[in-house]
Amino acid sequence: MEVVLQNLTKKFPSRDRKKKEDVIAVNDFTFEIPDGKLIGLLGPSGCGKSTTLNLISGLLKPTSGKIFFGKEDVTDLPPENRGIGLVFQNYALYPHLTVKQNILFPLQNLKGKDKLSKAQMNEKAYEAAKLVQIEELMERKPGELSGGQQQRVAIARALVKMPRVLLLDEPLSNLDARLRLQTREEIRRIQRETKITTIFVTHDQEEAMSISDMIVVMKDGVVQQIGKPQEVYDSPANLFVAKFLGTPPINIFVGQVKDNKLYIGEDAVLDVKGVANQEVYVGIRPEGFVLQEAGAFHCELNVVEVMGRDISVVSTNKASLNPTVRAIIGTENKVDMKNPTVRFGLVPRKVFLFHKETEERIDFED
Amino acid sequence: MMKKIMKSNNLKGWLYLLPAILFLGAFMVYPLIDVFVYSFEEGYNSASQTYFGVGLYNYSYVLHDTYFLQAVKNTFILVIITVPLSTGIALFISAGLSSIKWLRNLFQTIYFLPYVTNTLAVGLVFMILFKKTAYSDGLINLIITWFGGSAVDFIDGPYWAKMFVLCFYTIWVVLPFKILILTSALSSVDEQYYNAAKVDGTSKFRIFMRITLPMISPMIFYLIITGFIGAFKAYSDVVALFGTDLNAAEMNTMVGYVYDMLYGDSGGYPSYASAAAIILFAIVLTITCINLLISKKDVHY
Repeated sequence: MEVVLQNLTKKFPSRDRKKKEDVIAVNDFTFEIPDGKLIGLLGPSGCGKSTTLNLISGLLKPTSGKIFFGKEDVTDLPPENRGIGLVFQNYALYPHLTVKQNILFPLQNLKGKDKLSKAQMNEKAYEAAKLVQIEELMERKPGELSGGQQQRVAIARALVKMPRVLLLDEPLSNLDARLRLQTREEIRRIQRETKITTIFVTHDQEEAMSISDMIVVMKDGVVQQIGKPQEVYDSPANLFVAKFLGTPPINIFVGQVKDNKLYIGEDAVLDVKGVANQEVYVGIRPEGFVLQEAGAFHCELNVVEVMGRDISVVSTNKASLNPTVRAIIGTENKVDMKNPTVRFGLVPRKVFLFHKETEERIDFED
Repeated sequence: MMKKIMKSNNLKGWLYLLPAILFLGAFMVYPLIDVFVYSFEEGYNSASQTYFGVGLYNYSYVLHDTYFLQAVKNTFILVIITVPLSTGIALFISAGLSSIKWLRNLFQTIYFLPYVTNTLAVGLVFMILFKKTAYSDGLINLIITWFGGSAVDFIDGPYWAKMFVLCFYTIWVVLPFKILILTSALSSVDEQYYNAAKVDGTSKFRIFMRITLPMISPMIFYLIITGFIGAFKAYSDVVALFGTDLNAAEMNTMVGYVYDMLYGDSGGYPSYASAAAIILFAIVLTITCINLLISKKDVHY
């Protein structure tokens, strides 16, 4: 089922009585989510991603704009008639019911022609439990389960009615790091098996990048960029997206374009064709640095951290907006610690220029 | 060395406990044991501190006393009617209160008023409502006669009318506290459960029965237990409504019987009073145990 959001806007009345202005949680969100894909809504806290999810679920009513599931306009439908499954951040499993009763709960609500016999309900519940691999926990209470197991139960409960759209609100935030890795693969597998259009919310960019077919980056209620994770990473639309994606984060410098050359400080670090002379922000991914004795870009060396898989060179540069500049290079490189300056060459496709005022990305040819 | 520290720690611990132990011992434990002993001493006289013998005669006398049997009957009727009714009504009102937003505080205050109102004022109100005087038959009778019924004397009239007033009064007096407890219990149920149920298309009734009730079951259970105990101890309300000669009015309660046996006009029998008190204690203990057993199955902590 494709989900279409049309100029979706949600305003909340301001809590502060003196300020009459409404708080705009989601601002003019238009997006067509293709059928059977896994979509990650990504952004810092307070950016409106959870509000967007609640609008799709029907728990909140939009101030303006429309939501379609396929051809059907569901904007005014209450949540129960939308055919959605929702997994809450803290799972919201009924603590007094067993796992099996929890999974059966949505089925027991069905009325009229959809009503199922006891045997059919049990069969469906076991199917859902099998999908998330919790068959042997059916008689336990939620309080007796680990966080990861509770998460699976919550997903099973959301899936048991075979929803048209599955929504997950920060599904991994309550799990420890190890379980998080495991569970996100699990979510991916379940989504692939059921082919249900799935939208999940997260503030963790790594999580979103790793399993989503597409990511939506939001800030202050406004969509910044939509695309495949790798595309968004490789060509961020603006400074915010570039800063938000990637660990370790991108290095930002103040630079200048003069006669088709990019200057950071005194160094002419890169040829940039087709860019007018101006001041710019320069973003360089940590993997965009190459250790070169005659490299055009120089920094004051601080520390070299050996990570095992690669080496992280921490240095400082006057033009940098971050306190330190972090470069990640292969272990085959040797850094001369006695030399106070370190020189880098730059990989052009890992370097981005951003407009000083609008912070939009400026294309260049190298 | 270790032992020495332990010993001094022990001493310190007892020292801290001393005030509480002294008071509880002197005013709770000792009288309790004493009552138990009195109940077996036949014809105990508190002035001369003498008694005739030891045996079960006191129990036999009390259990054959028609006034006591009347008191037991009254108490049981009161308990069986008021505890479920008041809890049910309180639940209904609190559920209503938590589902409205507008004027919620106003209603909450109104429902809490009886709790802070002076007993005498309450008695006056009930008199206006129910009492027959030379000038009027009371407000309730006025309404009854309006609809074509005949006036009933609620205070000195038939047994059922008096019992009705007593139950009505008791329910009305215990409601505020129960509503207070239940509204706070209801508001402590996490909103997410309701959202989850809403997404699954659960009907309002089913949400209440399958989610809300189990979630607040510990509080309901607490109210039922304390309600039972409170109703078994009913006395002062009965006096406020029907005066001190409760035996003649057929409205005595078990606690009333104990009091009458000690200090009433026909009183001065501490042995009988003790036996009656022990019987009351045994009944309350049994009922509470039964409650606890039932709750194991239905109360979710």
